[in-house]
Amino acid sequence: MSELKGWKEIPIGGMILEAGNAVEYETGDWRAFRPVFGEAECINCFQCWLNCPDSSILVDAENEEMMGFDLKHCKGCGICASVCPVNARVRKKAEEELERNDPRLCIRMVEEGKFEEAGDE
Amino acid sequence: MSKFEALDGNAAVATAMRQINPDVVAAYPITPQTATVQTFSEYVNDGLVDTEFVTVESEHSAMSACVGASAAGARVMTATAANGLALMWEIVYIAASSRLPIVMSLVNRALSGPINIHPDHSDVMGMRDAGWIILMSENGQEAYDNIIQAIRIGEHADVLLPVAVCQDGFITGHGLERVEIYDDSEVQDFIGTYKPQWPLLDLNNPKTYGPLDFYDYYYEHKRQQIQGMENATPVILEVTKEFNERFDRNYGLFEAYRLDDADVAVVVANSTAGTAKTVVDRMRDEGLKVGMLKIRLFRPFPAEELAKALSHLEAVAVMDRSVSFGAMDNAGPLYLELLAALTAHGVSVPTMDYVYGLGGRDILPGEIERVFNDALDAAQSGEVERRVTYLSVRE
Repeated sequence: MSELKGWKEIPIGGMILEAGNAVEYETGDWRAFRPVFGEAECINCFQCWLNCPDSSILVDAENEEMMGFDLKHCKGCGICASVCPVNARVRKKAEEELERNDPRLCIRMVEEGKFEEAGDE
Repeated sequence: MSKFEALDGNAAVATAMRQINPDVVAAYPITPQTATVQTFSEYVNDGLVDTEFVTVESEHSAMSACVGASAAGARVMTATAANGLALMWEIVYIAASSRLPIVMSLVNRALSGPINIHPDHSDVMGMRDAGWIILMSENGQEAYDNIIQAIRIGEHADVLLPVAVCQDGFITGHGLERVEIYDDSEVQDFIGTYKPQWPLLDLNNPKTYGPLDFYDYYYEHKRQQIQGMENATPVILEVTKEFNERFDRNYGLFEAYRLDDADVAVVVANSTAGTAKTVVDRMRDEGLKVGMLKIRLFRPFPAEELAKALSHLEAVAVMDRSVSFGAMDNAGPLYLELLAALTAHGVSVPTMDYVYGLGGRDILPGEIERVFNDALDAAQSGEVERRVTYLSVRE
């Protein structure tokens, strides 16, 4: 969380006087589920980057590579995992219904605070 | 050169609006305010003003349009009454908390139900915590003068709050009186050009009004609003002084009528003050030392100044044209506020409340005389026999 300002230091009436400062509002601590990479290899299709409502997919534009997740702003909505075509392929190939935190997926949604339990990080 | 015209309170306000020439007026007609916006719409039609008049489908939309236009950077006015104000409710708070200096002519009328179109102060007293500056007017002249000053007060950089200017429906709203109308150019010169600090239409500096504001900053924005209110009193005194000098008036935070050497006084707002003055004069002729204090500024409530002005009295009778249901003794809001002011500033004087005139019930000189007589009795005994009296209600 950024430093909270006093009432004399902020614009009146709740006005926001600079454009594009939503980035200063770190919404990452709202998250209940965290996106993490699984075993299936990313094909850099950028569907997650296109669909992420919080611009929280980090990409290397020069090398056209998906780099990971901006966890300061990611709210854990899981849209990236839902739109991931690699996930769709893995699910289709699997003989059973996969949980959203299944290690075989490309983008998995793991409950916050349970990474060690799930064998991540 | 000013001139005198025979105008009712609505026409006086419409004239002030013509002279102010606001950028935007959004309003919906409601009795007893209809004549204001109807007259003003004729000025728009006749090309006497440059105003964009937004005809809306309800008061909720009227105040919403006012908020949008004011945020855009326009000088904005509206007018309403009673249930119209009630329908604006949600946006009335948003106007104040967004710090938009909208000026509203509020022609006081009883809130429904049962449905009634006649004057009392239940409408304005309902908005007393909404964050608006509230000025009360005894007659059409005062409504006219207050509207002009309201522009300057609300737009002041230290204030930036909306202002409501009240007058009693029908009694002054539709009562034809002699009103001194100043030169258009004098009024224009007094109000000056509005220079909004953060207009939305300044496209080179994009900004956001009304974003989500949670537990981390909402409270700080409320604290700023408190500061705006706190700054308002000195600003009102400054604007009033300039107005008095330019237009030869004698306004203050309140009006004291034969109060200095009085033993007892009535505290009253709006048109009943006129009747009370007549009663004061009559009783003074009989050698009774009675006086009157007329509320001009209700928000911010000039507690210390009022307490000081009443500190020498032996009894005070407040006259409330509305009731705060379920409040202490089911008293009126003016009484409760004044009692708190007297207590906070160490003025110990028997103080009674007289609720009167609800739904436009006439208030006659004889009844005000009775209030004074009660006050004189309380002054003599030093005790309040009955804290709240519902004046002239039939048993």
